[in-house]
Amino acid sequence: MNSFTYTRTEDVDTAVLERSSEQTSKFIAGGTNLIDLMKENVERPTRLIDITHLPLTSITDTVNGGLRLGALVTNADTAYNEQVIQRYPLLSQTILAGASPQLRNMATDGGNLLQRTRCYYFYDTATPCNKREPGSGCSAINGFNRIHAILGTAPDNSGLGQPQCIATHPSDMCVALAALEAEVRVTGINGERTIPFADFHRLPGNTPNIDNTLEPGELITSIDLPAKGFPKYYAYLKLRDRASYAFALVSVAVALEMDGDTITTARIALGGVAHKPWRKPEAEAKLIGKPATKENFQAAAELLLAGAQGFGHNTFKIELAKRAIVRALGQAAKLEPTA
Amino acid sequence: MSTPQKINKSVGKPISRVDGVEKVTGKAKYAAEFNVPDLAYGVVVSSAIAKGKIKSLDTSDALALDGVLQVFTHENRPKIAWFDISYNDQDAPPGSPFRPLYDATIKYSGQPIALVVAETFEVARYAATLIRADYEEATHETDLEANLHKARKPKSGIASLLKPPPPKPRGDFDKVYEEDPNKITGRYVHAAEHHNPMELFATTVVFEKGGKDGKGKLTIYDKTQGVTNSSMYVSQVFNIPSDDIRVLSPYMGGGFGSGLRPQYQLFLSVLAARELKRSVRVSLTRQQMFTFGHRPATVQNVALGALEDGTLNALCHDATGETSQFEDYTEIVVSWGGMLYPPKNVTMEYKVVPLDVYSPLDMRAPGGVTGMHALEVAMDELAYNLGMDPLQLRLKNYTDIDHNEDRPFSSKELRECFRQGAERFGWSSRNPEPRSMKKDHNLIGWGMATGIWDANQMPSRAEAVLMVNGKLRVSCATADIGTGTYTIMTQIAADTLGMPMEDVLFKLGDTDLPFSLISGGSWTAASVGSAVQEACQAVGKSLLKLAKKMPASPFKGVKWEDIEFADSHLRLKSDQSVAVSLQTLVDQNGGKAVRESVTSLPNAFKQKDYTRSAHSAVFAEVMVDEDLGTVKVTRVVSAIAAGRILNPKTSRSQILGGMVWGISKALEEESAMDHNFGRFMNHSLAEYHVAVNADIHDLDVIFVEEHDDIVNPLGVKGLGEIGIVGMPAAIANAVFHATGRRVRDLPITLDKLL
Repeated sequence: MNSFTYTRTEDVDTAVLERSSEQTSKFIAGGTNLIDLMKENVERPTRLIDITHLPLTSITDTVNGGLRLGALVTNADTAYNEQVIQRYPLLSQTILAGASPQLRNMATDGGNLLQRTRCYYFYDTATPCNKREPGSGCSAINGFNRIHAILGTAPDNSGLGQPQCIATHPSDMCVALAALEAEVRVTGINGERTIPFADFHRLPGNTPNIDNTLEPGELITSIDLPAKGFPKYYAYLKLRDRASYAFALVSVAVALEMDGDTITTARIALGGVAHKPWRKPEAEAKLIGKPATKENFQAAAELLLAGAQGFGHNTFKIELAKRAIVRALGQAAKLEPTA
Repeated sequence: MSTPQKINKSVGKPISRVDGVEKVTGKAKYAAEFNVPDLAYGVVVSSAIAKGKIKSLDTSDALALDGVLQVFTHENRPKIAWFDISYNDQDAPPGSPFRPLYDATIKYSGQPIALVVAETFEVARYAATLIRADYEEATHETDLEANLHKARKPKSGIASLLKPPPPKPRGDFDKVYEEDPNKITGRYVHAAEHHNPMELFATTVVFEKGGKDGKGKLTIYDKTQGVTNSSMYVSQVFNIPSDDIRVLSPYMGGGFGSGLRPQYQLFLSVLAARELKRSVRVSLTRQQMFTFGHRPATVQNVALGALEDGTLNALCHDATGETSQFEDYTEIVVSWGGMLYPPKNVTMEYKVVPLDVYSPLDMRAPGGVTGMHALEVAMDELAYNLGMDPLQLRLKNYTDIDHNEDRPFSSKELRECFRQGAERFGWSSRNPEPRSMKKDHNLIGWGMATGIWDANQMPSRAEAVLMVNGKLRVSCATADIGTGTYTIMTQIAADTLGMPMEDVLFKLGDTDLPFSLISGGSWTAASVGSAVQEACQAVGKSLLKLAKKMPASPFKGVKWEDIEFADSHLRLKSDQSVAVSLQTLVDQNGGKAVRESVTSLPNAFKQKDYTRSAHSAVFAEVMVDEDLGTVKVTRVVSAIAAGRILNPKTSRSQILGGMVWGISKALEEESAMDHNFGRFMNHSLAEYHVAVNADIHDLDVIFVEEHDDIVNPLGVKGLGEIGIVGMPAAIANAVFHATGRRVRDLPITLDKLL
């Protein structure tokens, strides 16, 4: 860990100004990932701007009937918020499937979006990694890649050639936010803007060092949930190597609306399989107007995994993801027990 | 004569840990927590490559930082011992022990190549990132399976005394196996594992001027399972008079075998302290916890043959384990079948493959949990092949003779373990058909396995002092690696002299105390316990002498056999009213404490005709998601025969710990090696998975009554390893019963069941 300057700001504009005036600075909130990365010498910020005192710590209703999660609300407070539990139970359940109580008490909602991959090579500065050091190469492709991506790894240039990075985004919460079609509100030096969740994280392409579409210096101020919360038909299924405190090998967030037996709305987001939460509109459309049957679920699963590519240790994820999708859809449609 | 207060015996009672409050309140201090003025901090720089040479090491940027005191490398290190023997320790395998900062050669990935010492930890840590190493890389080999053709017999050395090579073949395995109507064969692959105790390896060296050679006196707080081991190592390697070294390790945040050898932070911190003439602390990082000994990756083959009635008459077990290029680490993997079962045609072979890794190191039930997994899965497979209940097959082949040595067991209540364990578990209602039990998507399976581990006793010294205030202080330089040594030694001492536990203080983990070997192999309770009992008996004998000298003593002419110690009194067995308090007796000693030291040796004459082992029977229930492959161990009953149970509470905790680790080993643990780099990659507690609370469900421990007056004077067998030995096989067998799929490799991760 290098030595760095620490400052604390009390308002959003000052925070953004400070951050923008020093390229190598970083915001720090819960610090549950950034501090680890600093200790491993992966992140080397020259300045930490402590944003924990910014007034972004409440959960409020939005004018269009949704819910606004302040960027600094902790994961724990979000998961146990009455409004979230009642209206967005998928989000609550998903947050609680991640990390540990101690981490959820520290980690913030905005920070959750910005956590970095858990790729072994990204964390080990003795090995090449395009995400950490662009151009140095990807060690995972021919290395130990059990936890790595199977979708969306193609490089730019019409997808030809070796992937540049097969890291996954590790968040559980983001998988639910993708399914719920949340929006990310950000403030930068040029003012505020809103980013649809699907556009917030990005695929690695040829620049895997860039995780998301934030402009330099932009600060997440809130995550806005739309009015539709899918409180009745939903499921989050997380498959991992132990029952708690492990990142997903594959996870599935499902949100449905049903008319009797018939699916009228379907959202399916996958975690642990790509550089961002993975959705495929064609797969979801395939279910609309169809009865909730295993056959229909399987068809959707095939579409979602179309083009999936394994790299050896992680090839099992393709089949596992398909089965998990079928199971999670069954759970959401209440055909299956959730335990 | 006073009226004695009744004092209950403590041995056999579920006594809470005497050090429990210290531990949970944070008062108990660990190696990195001893602070002294003017302490300097060392941070280790690790090699990025697995094999080759350091071409250059640029330390200039690090040295230019404010607060950096020195960067130690192979280029500027002081002269250290030349001969391999100086680097040997109590657990050193045959070979040439690793020497930190010795020369430019890189022998494994993560090897320490520099130590940065600075005024603060933060500066040292930053400076360490500024050191630039330039390597000349050589081709490394780290893949056991790809190098099996290099397997060879291990060299033997002192370590072979405790880890003898497998016995010679007997009978004619090939012929009998060929003719057997029922036979099975299987190949078993285990990943490497790291101990990962919660406490990071650390050493704080307190430097004082002076010393016999004028080069300073060292007080060393080290994370170790044997202070005498660390002390001897430092003395030999740095040529320091042993009087100028004191090593302390009052507490250990988990050992599991990782502290059986001096780790490199001990070497580095002593080197720095001597050169800088300052106190120095070196703590390893979690990543660096993957840069020394580990449980070796292994490949095993087991073949079993039996007659139609289930009589096992052919057994072949071979194993190949990885070792380093510099030492031949071995463990007993293949010999257990010949101890546990009576087949007449047996062949066993054990080989090693040297790879570019650090030497493997004993980890809880080294070799035993490895070999017994393969053997007991093979037994399950054979039972299915025979159409016989797996428990019946074990009973059919039950023996009270260790056929490897052709001698009886000193005690073996395994049959009773089977009976009580099966009853508690409900084994008799098991439908043998795989996939016969199901709940929703979960296939339910029941499996069982046997466990066995050596019940050794080692020489140990101990001192007992009845102080003038009537309190007893007992001491030995052994370790409490979290097992409960403080507690059971206090119990043994208290009971031997009939005192309340509050009046007894047991001290350990300090080289100023009487000598003891490393604490491992499940031998501490037996070895140190026997020494403590004998030291207290020696005090008792001195007290009897004092009693006889009292004016008008009623003990004149009384023999040792005629008296007992109870209620803090010495009294006649035949007439308990003839009693004298221990305080009265010590008062007779001219103002001096009554002090006795003993060396307790195993009674080889008594022990040599017997094999001494602890046994277990494990019954496990699993739920396997039939689509998703996830395995949950819902219920385990472990019935243990391990001689006399000194303390049912700490004993149960020991076994539970072994069972939890057994679940972890069976389903989760694997140090993932990237062979392109020759480097373990999942070097964090987030990615190296050990079982968490959510993985653990109903665990039940039964201690079967077992009397044994051969094994040692206390009749105890160690409990450190036996808890884990049978677990992986019982779980793997339950997974087979649930799914009909025989997974022979560990860990059984969900992808293996898709």
